[in-house]
Amino acid sequence: MMRRMPLAGVAVLIVTGSLCLAVLKINGCGATFPEPIYQKWFGEFGKAHPDVQINYTPNGSGGGVKGVTDGTVDFGASDMPMSEKEMAAVKGKILHFPTVMGAVVPVYNVPGITQELKFSPEVLAGIFLGTVAKWSDKRLAADNPGVKLPNEDVLVVHRTDGSGTTFVWTDYLSKISPEWKSKVGAAKAVSWPVGLGGAQNAGVTGLVKQTPNSIGYVELIFAVQNKMGYGQVKNSAGNFVKADIASVTEAAAGAAKDMPADFRVSITNAPGKNAYPISSFTWLLVPAKIADQAKARQIKAFLHWALTEGQKNATALAYAPLPPAIIAKEEKQIDAIQ
Amino acid sequence: MATTTTTAVRVSPKKEPTQTGDIVARWVTLLFAVGLLAVAVLLVYELFIGSAPAREKLGIGFLSSSKWNPVTEDFGALPFLYGTIVTSVLALLISAPMGLGAAIFLSELAPARVSNALTFVIELLAAIPSVIYGLLAIFTLVPLMRTVVEPFLKSTFGFLPLFQGPAYGVGYLTAGLVLAIMTIPFIISVSRESLLAVPREQREAALALGATRWESTWQVVVPYAKLGILGSIFLGLARALGETMAVTMVIGNDPRVHASLFSPGYTIAAVIANEFSEAGGKVHPAALIELGLVLFGLTIIINGFARLMILATTSRGSRRS
Repeated sequence: MMRRMPLAGVAVLIVTGSLCLAVLKINGCGATFPEPIYQKWFGEFGKAHPDVQINYTPNGSGGGVKGVTDGTVDFGASDMPMSEKEMAAVKGKILHFPTVMGAVVPVYNVPGITQELKFSPEVLAGIFLGTVAKWSDKRLAADNPGVKLPNEDVLVVHRTDGSGTTFVWTDYLSKISPEWKSKVGAAKAVSWPVGLGGAQNAGVTGLVKQTPNSIGYVELIFAVQNKMGYGQVKNSAGNFVKADIASVTEAAAGAAKDMPADFRVSITNAPGKNAYPISSFTWLLVPAKIADQAKARQIKAFLHWALTEGQKNATALAYAPLPPAIIAKEEKQIDAIQ
Repeated sequence: MATTTTTAVRVSPKKEPTQTGDIVARWVTLLFAVGLLAVAVLLVYELFIGSAPAREKLGIGFLSSSKWNPVTEDFGALPFLYGTIVTSVLALLISAPMGLGAAIFLSELAPARVSNALTFVIELLAAIPSVIYGLLAIFTLVPLMRTVVEPFLKSTFGFLPLFQGPAYGVGYLTAGLVLAIMTIPFIISVSRESLLAVPREQREAALALGATRWESTWQVVVPYAKLGILGSIFLGLARALGETMAVTMVIGNDPRVHASLFSPGYTIAAVIANEFSEAGGKVHPAALIELGLVLFGLTIIINGFARLMILATTSRGSRRS
């Protein structure tokens, strides 16, 4: 037995070695929210470049950050920018590349209500803090004149798994409600004051669809796919805005003007007359120094492709494409990859 | 499960094995046995090492604290421990009598052909992935609980704190019910086997002494097969304790301790599955690993308890005879 082992080992080496020569494999992992468009991009890019194969594992934004920090993948993906603490834990430097934008929307199931409900920031924070406990609450009624809201308890549904969606949602609530900021805070997983937890976007949509008088939050695309009612949210300009590609793009346009050099920015509660206030970028996390030059070349080529050709796929999949000003800035950062 | 070894017959070799085949077989099987032991030891070691940051920060208070706040990195195991035990006990309260009853019917009363056909179907039930049970529960059981079962319990037993509060449809009770459905096939299948293993003479002797069919079953056959039946129940309990997907889909995932069975809760396995992949920092993943250690400890305690129970009942039985 033992004598044959080295031979077998050599055989394995030869086989895998020849495969490596044929196709360059690039591995990434991270956020689930942009997975549909990333899979599309990697497929399209692979078709144009048959010598490259990009694999993506959607194991969550935290998984993406962990992956690039430990160096187990060539790039990561996250719905929230890395914190200073996380950046400090990485040996080299990690560059953030915004790829597309999305929105998080309040979804609800109130029997008898067919209109789109409107939520002011104070009421939204109140509902998730448990202080607005009835659908017939005066503050909610004031936002929705003419709508007959039932005298029923509000059942809050939130994500129970750590998620970028929760970060965007709680980041927004922290910005508009000092009480939320001090009591709960913004993170991928928080200690919820009230409510039930559903696993993944699908768990939240399932619970909301099933349970009368419930409210939850999901990525826009899940609300659209499941044909669920989702509400308008009052933005910083005082207008009630429904999440769609135009209103998300406007939120980003406001942020584009004073975009920090490293692209780590939150665009929740963004200025702009019709900007949807709970919008967010999603980022690719790429090390600034890549040892394998062939890989570095292909990753740079892919990033360039994603920011130009790739953007054309965005709207069909309900993501908002990046404003040109941000793309121009990102192209400069691509050149910085070595 | 160690508790299912009903007929442990040890054949110890009288003399040293002389044939090479025997020697090889002995070493190979020994290797497998030691390997299994090593896996268990490694598991505990890894859980212990991995949970170090949480143990240092939170100390023994981890077990009694009911806080779970990833933002302030303050974690406690109590709500999860409570939810795990409550749902598993609920499950067994339902599945043990039902499973045993069904097993008695299949082994003692039903015609052989019916028994075999039904057993085949029941064993199929045991092979269904738990996520399917979870989905079925979300779409059928949860609305039923919310609109029919929980309002009924509330109106009849509402004076008990167990049955108070709003009926969401998801919560401890629904999770316990799903677990009961999932554990019943195990209990039926193993109990039936041990009932069938009762020697024919036992039944004939009881009937010859003038016992009715039911008396012979309940007073002779079931006590004879007691070990196997207990084993099947603890096998079911083990499944209930560790079940993840089906539970997380219907329990509501709320890390708090509630007295009412209608309330949403959380279990250890569910919180690990939900939070581990996205847990950031040092303490949060370590706290989840420590929860794994707690679950391991819980199963050891329960299995030890099962062992004691079996020891106690068998020694009493042999003394009587």
